[in-house]
Amino acid sequence: MLAPRASNAGIKFWALAVTLLNFTLSIPLLTNFDKTTWKWQFAEYKAWISAWNINYALGIDGISILFVMLSALVGILCVLVSWNAVTTKIKEFYVAILFIEGAMIGVFCALDFFLFYIFWEAMLIPMYLLIGIWGGPGRLYATIKFFLFTLAGSLLMLVGIIILYLKSGGVFFIPELMSLSGSYPLKLQLLLWFAFFAAFAVKVPMLPVHTWLPDAHTEAPAAGSVILAAVLIKMGAYGFLRFSIPFFPEATKLLAVPMMVLSVAAIIYGAVICFAQTDMKRLIAYSSVSHMGFITLGIFALNTNGLEGGILQMINHGVVTGGLFLMIGIIYERTHSREIAYYGGIAQKVPVYAVFFLIFTLSAIGFPATNGFIGEFLVLLGGFTKNRTLGVLAATGVILGAGYMLGLYRRMFFQQLSDNVKALVDLNLRETLTLIPMFVLVFWIGLYPNVFLGFMHASVEHLIEQVSNGTGGMSLAQLLLER
Amino acid sequence: MNFQFPDLTPVLPEAFLVLGALLLLLIDLSIKNKNATAFISLVLLMVTGFTVYSTPSGVTFGGMFSVDAYSSFFKYIFILSAAMAILVSGRYLRWRNEEHGEYYTLILLSTAGMMIMASAADLITIYLGLELMALSTYVLAGFIRGEVKSNESALKYFLLGAFSSAFLLYGISLIYGLTGITRLNLVASAISESGLVDNPVLFMALLMFVVAFGFKVAAAPFHMWAPDVYEGAPTPVTAFMSVGPKAAGFAVMARVFLVALHSLQADWTTVLVPIAILTMAVGNIIALSQQNIKRMLAYSSIAHAGYALIGLITGTSAGISAMMNYLIIYAFMNIGAFSIVIILDKGRVPASSDRLDNFKGLAKTHPVPAFLMLIFMFSLTGIPPTAGFMGKFYLFMNAVEAGYTFVVLAAVFFSVISAYFYLRVVKFMYMEEPEEGEIPAASMSTAPVSITIVLAVTALAVLLIGVYPEALLAMAKNSALIF
Repeated sequence: MLAPRASNAGIKFWALAVTLLNFTLSIPLLTNFDKTTWKWQFAEYKAWISAWNINYALGIDGISILFVMLSALVGILCVLVSWNAVTTKIKEFYVAILFIEGAMIGVFCALDFFLFYIFWEAMLIPMYLLIGIWGGPGRLYATIKFFLFTLAGSLLMLVGIIILYLKSGGVFFIPELMSLSGSYPLKLQLLLWFAFFAAFAVKVPMLPVHTWLPDAHTEAPAAGSVILAAVLIKMGAYGFLRFSIPFFPEATKLLAVPMMVLSVAAIIYGAVICFAQTDMKRLIAYSSVSHMGFITLGIFALNTNGLEGGILQMINHGVVTGGLFLMIGIIYERTHSREIAYYGGIAQKVPVYAVFFLIFTLSAIGFPATNGFIGEFLVLLGGFTKNRTLGVLAATGVILGAGYMLGLYRRMFFQQLSDNVKALVDLNLRETLTLIPMFVLVFWIGLYPNVFLGFMHASVEHLIEQVSNGTGGMSLAQLLLER
Repeated sequence: MNFQFPDLTPVLPEAFLVLGALLLLLIDLSIKNKNATAFISLVLLMVTGFTVYSTPSGVTFGGMFSVDAYSSFFKYIFILSAAMAILVSGRYLRWRNEEHGEYYTLILLSTAGMMIMASAADLITIYLGLELMALSTYVLAGFIRGEVKSNESALKYFLLGAFSSAFLLYGISLIYGLTGITRLNLVASAISESGLVDNPVLFMALLMFVVAFGFKVAAAPFHMWAPDVYEGAPTPVTAFMSVGPKAAGFAVMARVFLVALHSLQADWTTVLVPIAILTMAVGNIIALSQQNIKRMLAYSSIAHAGYALIGLITGTSAGISAMMNYLIIYAFMNIGAFSIVIILDKGRVPASSDRLDNFKGLAKTHPVPAFLMLIFMFSLTGIPPTAGFMGKFYLFMNAVEAGYTFVVLAAVFFSVISAYFYLRVVKFMYMEEPEEGEIPAASMSTAPVSITIVLAVTALAVLLIGVYPEALLAMAKNSALIF
């Protein structure tokens, strides 16, 4: 923020350097992670507002580590993809991106509920500015819609947080709240579950509060769409995993099947709507609704396969949809059109681009050898185990997914070469570099998923134990001892 | 008859301020450059502040005047807001040829009146302080003699204010008639001892007080004067009025309702809850359609009074400390927002000066004021990491604890609505083009240093308290211990 405005290149390089450094610093988190325990690691703790027993407490466990890495990676890619695309208010743009990245990582690491809320809400300001200033033609409507929806859900969650704090005797520390989970009466659990549901359902987004997503994703600048799709919406599902399920086990067990029904509805509804889309960004946005349906289906199956599939699919979706939005951003920079009809047969002109797009498409469909397959398979296995009908219905979503994604690919890349795109230039070095990390991840997770699944085993087992028995978590003293 | 000369030590700050203001009035006759008068008034305020700090707690004038941590907290708010109002006034008045020394005297006298109100332990003292404050403020509202709107605002304020003072006196006379006492704490014991709790006349007195104080803090349905008066008065006076008298009204309300009418808590809670909800509703909903920034901020002030009322409703010491904490945070936010309006002032062009449309494209033409306004708007909405959020959080927490979750839900609902009109300002500043032919008047480099100081102080306060609210919180809690 303090940099002089004139040196645009300086600002961009600084942003790139910061995001790269961030990512490099988070690699030790992966390598030194202890996969055998569900307990939180790399914990950091400082007293903050002692009047309310609020502390600056951070830590990661098997569930959050992958998201922290994803956020760091997405940060770099967003800086790269916006390199030439953003031409006005450059300094403010990169300030916003860096701020959002910080808040994202904060959300995943927060071990204090109040701190979590602060990071969760603090993201709204830069996102609002990101979509509203650098977005597409309909950005003003999209950004205020996004803001109001998210704010409404979040404030309801705030009331829930306050009630939880008071009922637990003044505890904001998340692991400790987990250990108290068994002691709440069912009515209270349901009430608080719905309060949190308001915030997380808007974020995911689940039907019927998903309507902000198509507008926000479509009108956001490329970097904004990537951040939204890859990380922000995962926070909703993360919220369910981290809070709703472990804190309120009885309520979760009661509501698991309705949540699965809602998820299947999202899968099928999102997929069907995709067929009618003429704007490619909107199509991918609705496909996000459908894919998040898979994720919540897996999560609320509440068995190992479902949970691990759901978490892995969160990473996958981040990689793939992030990749797809990156690609759309790249082509938009050249043609400034999001209409699918504008394109046609561009595989002849941009073959490298076509290959990348094909790989991401196949992953979105859930083609074997890509990460999408592993995630969707585990989710469907878990869902089917829990409820046969829903599992079958969800599987139809896979077919629909193939339908609209391959349809998109066909209309854009094959068929007649459209006049508009006769002069398309293929990917340059910066763009290729932007896409390579996602490309690699698609195959790495797809062919050797254990590397990633390995992080989650202990934490997922602990989570299932929490739901079945209502025990788990740890107190602050224990956490400090373990450090 | 034994006549004891009252101990003047507790009254030292007020006495000093009044004498200083009167002396200033005389000295001003020989001063040509009114900046000197402003400077002297600031010095007087600083010395008064220091005197408040060093005055030990005590009671004087036969118990009518009580100095304690509670009154000191409010006195700091009054002195701070008066100082900030004086700092931003100079250029505004000069450009309208209305820079007279009496202005500063009136502000000082108004502040003295507020300070008397805060320390009042007797109904008559409350009336005394209230009248001193109100009469000074009436004149201040009409200070721009050449403008029709200013005259109108002064007249409206005076008529309605006099009317509400009459209500207050009627209420006081009823209490005196029933108990024969006007001392607050003695009234409380008189009511409980003589079994007056269910007396309908006492309830009438309660209602009279609600009307009178409701008018002073601009609570619905006694808020009608606020938009017109705020719009017509000179903007520095509006900034002063929106903070000082409001805080003074709350200070008095807490003392009267929690000390004198303690036995009637069920009654006044039943009356205040619908008033609080109505106030939040009116303030937030009507602000949505405003085209004038001062009117919009007036309705926002009304809404914030509603939030502060929640703290009063709880009737607990913690709730009152939440109210006090909110009032000082509100002081910073509001004066900051009005200071931005002042910095954009164009001088004697009344009709077009305060339109919301003037904010269009401000981020391009004047980035620093635009950014500061962004901070204030987000703080007024209550988004972390700003002070506005911390204030609201503390209020909500205490309200839920006291069992008023319903009121908190209403507050949350209206907060979401408020996001729309606060963000509308941000939208105009950052996402719209500057209007044709409108040359915004002031940039940070040509603005007087005094306004820059106020902006810096308020913005820093909003950001710092948002991140570290502990210090202020502890002070508020300590001050509310008398309840």
